[in-house]
Parts: sequence; C-alpha cells; structure tokens
Amino acid sequence: MISLAGRDILHAWGKFIFTGIGLGLLIGVTLTMAGVYRGMVDDGKVLLDNSGANLWVVQRDTLGPYAESSSIPDDLWRSIRTLPGVAEAANVTYLTMQVGRGEKDVRAMVVGIAAGEPGTSGWPPQLVAGRQITRGHYEAVADIATGFRLGDDVKIRRNHYTVVGLTRRMVSSSGDPMVFIPLKDAQEAQFLKDNDAILMQRRRTGANPAFNRPGVPGLLDAVIASQTSNNSVNAVLVRIQSEYSPQEVAEPIRRWKRLTVYDRAQMEEILVGKLIATSAKQIAMFLVILAVVSAAIVAFIIYTLTMDKIREIAVLKLIGTRNRTISGMILQQALVLGVIGFVVGKITATFAAPLFPKYVLLMPIDSILGFFAVMVICVLASVVAIRMALKVDPAEAIGG
Amino acid sequence: MTAKGIHIEGLSKRYGEGDTAVLALKNVNMQVAPGEVVGLIGPSGSGKSTLLKCLGAVIDPTAGRMVLGNEVIFDDEWKVRDLRALRRDKIGFVFQAPYLIPFLDVTDNVALLPMLAGVGNDDARKRALELLTALDVQHRAKAMPSQLSGGEQQRVAIARGLVNRPPVILADEPTAPLDSVRAMSVIRILNDMARRFETAVIVVTHDEKIIPTFKRIYHIRDGVTHEEAGEGRSFE
Repeated sequence: MISLAGRDILHAWGKFIFTGIGLGLLIGVTLTMAGVYRGMVDDGKVLLDNSGANLWVVQRDTLGPYAESSSIPDDLWRSIRTLPGVAEAANVTYLTMQVGRGEKDVRAMVVGIAAGEPGTSGWPPQLVAGRQITRGHYEAVADIATGFRLGDDVKIRRNHYTVVGLTRRMVSSSGDPMVFIPLKDAQEAQFLKDNDAILMQRRRTGANPAFNRPGVPGLLDAVIASQTSNNSVNAVLVRIQSEYSPQEVAEPIRRWKRLTVYDRAQMEEILVGKLIATSAKQIAMFLVILAVVSAAIVAFIIYTLTMDKIREIAVLKLIGTRNRTISGMILQQALVLGVIGFVVGKITATFAAPLFPKYVLLMPIDSILGFFAVMVICVLASVVAIRMALKVDPAEAIGG
Repeated sequence: MTAKGIHIEGLSKRYGEGDTAVLALKNVNMQVAPGEVVGLIGPSGSGKSTLLKCLGAVIDPTAGRMVLGNEVIFDDEWKVRDLRALRRDKIGFVFQAPYLIPFLDVTDNVALLPMLAGVGNDDARKRALELLTALDVQHRAKAMPSQLSGGEQQRVAIARGLVNRPPVILADEPTAPLDSVRAMSVIRILNDMARRFETAVIVVTHDEKIIPTFKRIYHIRDGVTHEEAGEGRSFE
C-alpha cells in the first residue's frame, strides 16, 4: 500500500516546508526558553564550582552571599582556619554594580578576593589571557563577557583599575560577568560614599563634642577613620580537608562562631530553588503558553489541510478506503509537520543561542523531551482534523 | 468473479418519520445485464441521486431487494456486513467531475483500489496499466491529474471505476463537463468496457447529446421509475 500522507506531502511540499519552518521557529523559541532556564541553573552551578569552596560561611540566619546580603567581620577567617578539618579559609565580597568601561558602563559582579595565590578560594580558577592579580590595589581580572581587554581601564566607584587578566564563564547567578579586584579595594567600593557625603559626615562628627574633645587628641581622627573604613566581608569561603565531611566541619562553625554555614548542596538549593525560582516559573509559564500556541497552530494547519481535501476524502471513503487509512494519513502528516518543525526549531535554537546576552544551555535531554512533546502535541492536534475527516459522508462524492 | 449485472426489486427510500416523512423512492424496479449500459434520466429532485446512493451502498434503502452479481446484498436490510468492502470490490463509481486524487499520479489513482483490497503494489499497478492502455491513456501513466485534459481525466476515472472488475458501474453525469465529441468518446468507452468486462453500467444523465445512445432508459420522476426502449444510436 502506498503512503497517502507521503504522496500528499511530496505533492504539496512547499506548503509543508514553509508551514514547518513557521512552526519550527516557534519550537526554536521554546527550546531556547528551556535553554535560558538551563543556562540560569548552570550559571549558578558554575558560580559555586568556580568559587572553589566546600563551605560558605555567612552572617547568621541569612541566605548569603548570593541570595541575600551578608556581612561578617573580615578577621573571622583566622579563627575558622584553626578549626578541625579546615584546609583553607578566604574572605570574599560580592557586589553587583555598573562598572565604567570607557564612556559607557557594563553590569558586572565585582568580586573582592583575598590575598593569596592562584587556586585560592574565590580566585578565578583559570585565565584565557594575561595573569592573575599580583598587587594589593588597582588591578583587575575580568570575564571576557564584560568586553574588557587586557590593559583596559575599569572604573569602579571613584577608583580606576587596570585589567591584567581575562577569564571565561565566570558569571553571577543572574548571568552578570565577574570582575575580580583585591579584597581591600572591594571592601572600600562596597561602602564608599561620595566626596560630598564624606565631607558632610566629617563636619557633623567634628561638630559633635562627644567625639571632638580637646582633652583627647586623636579621638576625632580615630572616629573619622572608623567611619570611612569597612571591616566586613560577605562570606568566608572554606575548603575542607579531604578526610572530613562538610557536615563535620560546618557544625563547629555554626556552634562556636554563631554563623550560618552552607555546604554545596544547600547553596545549590538556595541558588536554584530560591534565587531563580521565580524566573524558572516565569519561563515555565512561557513554555506552557508556547506549547499551547504550537498545538493550536498545528491543529489549525492540519485542520485546514484536511478541509482542503474534503472531496478527496469523500471519494476515498466511497471507493472503500478504511477509516484507519484516512486517519493514518492525517496523523502522519501532522507528525511529519512536527518533525520538520522540530528540526528547524533545533537548528534555529542552536544558532540563536550564542547570540543571547545570557548563557543559553541547550541540553540533549531537553531536545529529546522537546521532540516527544512536539510529537504528542501533533498527535493531539490532529485529533480535530481526524474527527472531521471521519464524519465526511462518502455520499458527498456523489452529490445530488 | 461471476458477472450477473444488477437486479433491483421494489426498492424504496423514505427520509424522515411521521408527518415530515418524504418517500424519495417508491417501489423502484431495475435490471441491468452484464455488458449493458442503461440510462437513468429524470428532472432535478426526481430521486436519481437517492437511487444512485442506494445502489452505491452509501445510504440505506428503506425496503426492497438488490442483487449484485450472484449475491443478494439487500433484502429489506443489508445482507453484507462490510459495505465499505462492497463498494470497493463490487461497485465502480464514475463521477460528474473525475475527482482524481490530486497527489497521486495517474497509475496510482487507478491502482489505489486494488491496493486497498490487499493486492500488492506491483500487481495493482500492472492491472492499472492494462486498463489505462485499454482506455488509451497509458502515455500519461506518470502524469499528475492536474496535467491531464478533461477527457483524459474522465478516462482515468473510468479506469479507476473498472480496475477491481466490479459487476456494476454507477456513472453520475459522466459527460456533464465535456463537449459533445468527448462526451461521445466517454459513452463509447463505457460501452466498450461494459462489454469487455461484462459489467452492468448505469449512467445517470441530463445530457441530451448522449441520451439517444442508450438502448434502454429508465425514467424516474417523483421516486417512481419506468422503463422504455432507447434509440440506441451510434456513438459517432
């Protein structure tokens, strides 16, 4: 038996191809949306991977340092370092802000990294160009996505930094590329006020007789110095010794230091389950809407194609074609349309993904699930047309 | 296949029930022998199409008896279970418009019926080509319907009606869209094929050009048929 669906498709291939392309673009958007979600999750995991930490020590009862603000003293790392099982402890600050790039600015997460050597927690694990930060001030390593090049000038608050190294795939959980600067500079940047505000505060402090005592020389300077310096960091990144489990090391820190400690799984849960949960729901809603729109379009197209063949279907039924042959023809056409649409959609998504400003991760499993979803949608969408075709009276071919 | 033509006795068809009932066919009697071509003529609304649909097993007659070949197919109720198979294997249809399947080439338009009946593709195509040759359209065997002239399309439609060697062919206004030369050609082909394959052919027509060619004519008016001798003129 010849394939009626195949012959019809070959006969009207232009209609099928162009319809398939239209559907494919829609499927491409759907796959890309799934890729955006995967990219967000991956950004979060990469952020954790690149930090090089096993534990994140943050302000008590906060979800810091990525999901909430967290502030802990910058000398706390020393006592944490002495606890059993701790191989390394390093301060870190995170601040998402606009950094100056020439006349323009770019959104970036400024990461303050503690002095140390390559491989220290918080440092960029690998560079694609240049070198790591070696000076205590005014050097930066930037993610390549910021658009900075080696030797470029980065303006953060009032200070200027020179880009000495470039890294890749170092992004925040919201996809902003990172700029690494020395910890002291980052601490200052977090709390640095503008010149007028500093001047006003100094004047106000100087006018306060409690601080400006003629009998206590140096008190005013000490108070002013304390007001303009920042001794806090957002978190301490802890790397544990291999023979210890994260829980074994975390428990004493929680108990003795009255801090909150997250291990990798908990931090991943915060990033994926809380930080991007709303975005994920938003994307899920888009996926549902796109799936419904795709189904409606396929149903409409198959319905229209079937309507165009009412007379032929009546003739086919009159000359003895079984209902299942006619149903099979319509179903096969819907599935072929879905396959064409999926192939076009997959190609579109693959080529479009790198053009997106945020990371779009197209996972094979999403493509496989997407393919089966498209097939299911096509089957469901063909039901209306099949029902209509089965209702066609063979007597219509005779007329009268 | 044993060809015995078609025999109809007391066939009636009623639409609706009670006060709104309409008796479209009233005690229709017909007999068409194998190899014979008869005309069925009547004004619009006389019951021609209803009779054709009853004979074509697409609507249910209300009462009567129909014998197709050797087989009683209706005796106040259908005596065959699978009307679809009955239409496919025992009844050939030729329509006013050819209604060829636009996405199948000429050969497959004809071969489709035997394929539907379970004949292998190669055998079905061979059978189709034999008929296309008999109808002198074998040179268009690979053409699509849209590439054929009206006369060629109608010949292909006749080939499709004949391909399963049915005992009866129902032709519904087969010459309506054709000029007189092509109309005569179609009638000649139907007569030739009827004789060659011992098929009974019933031609429903309004076409004044071809009515004189029938040797027997059934007139139908208000659902009642009566038979008369035709002129049986030459087709030339």
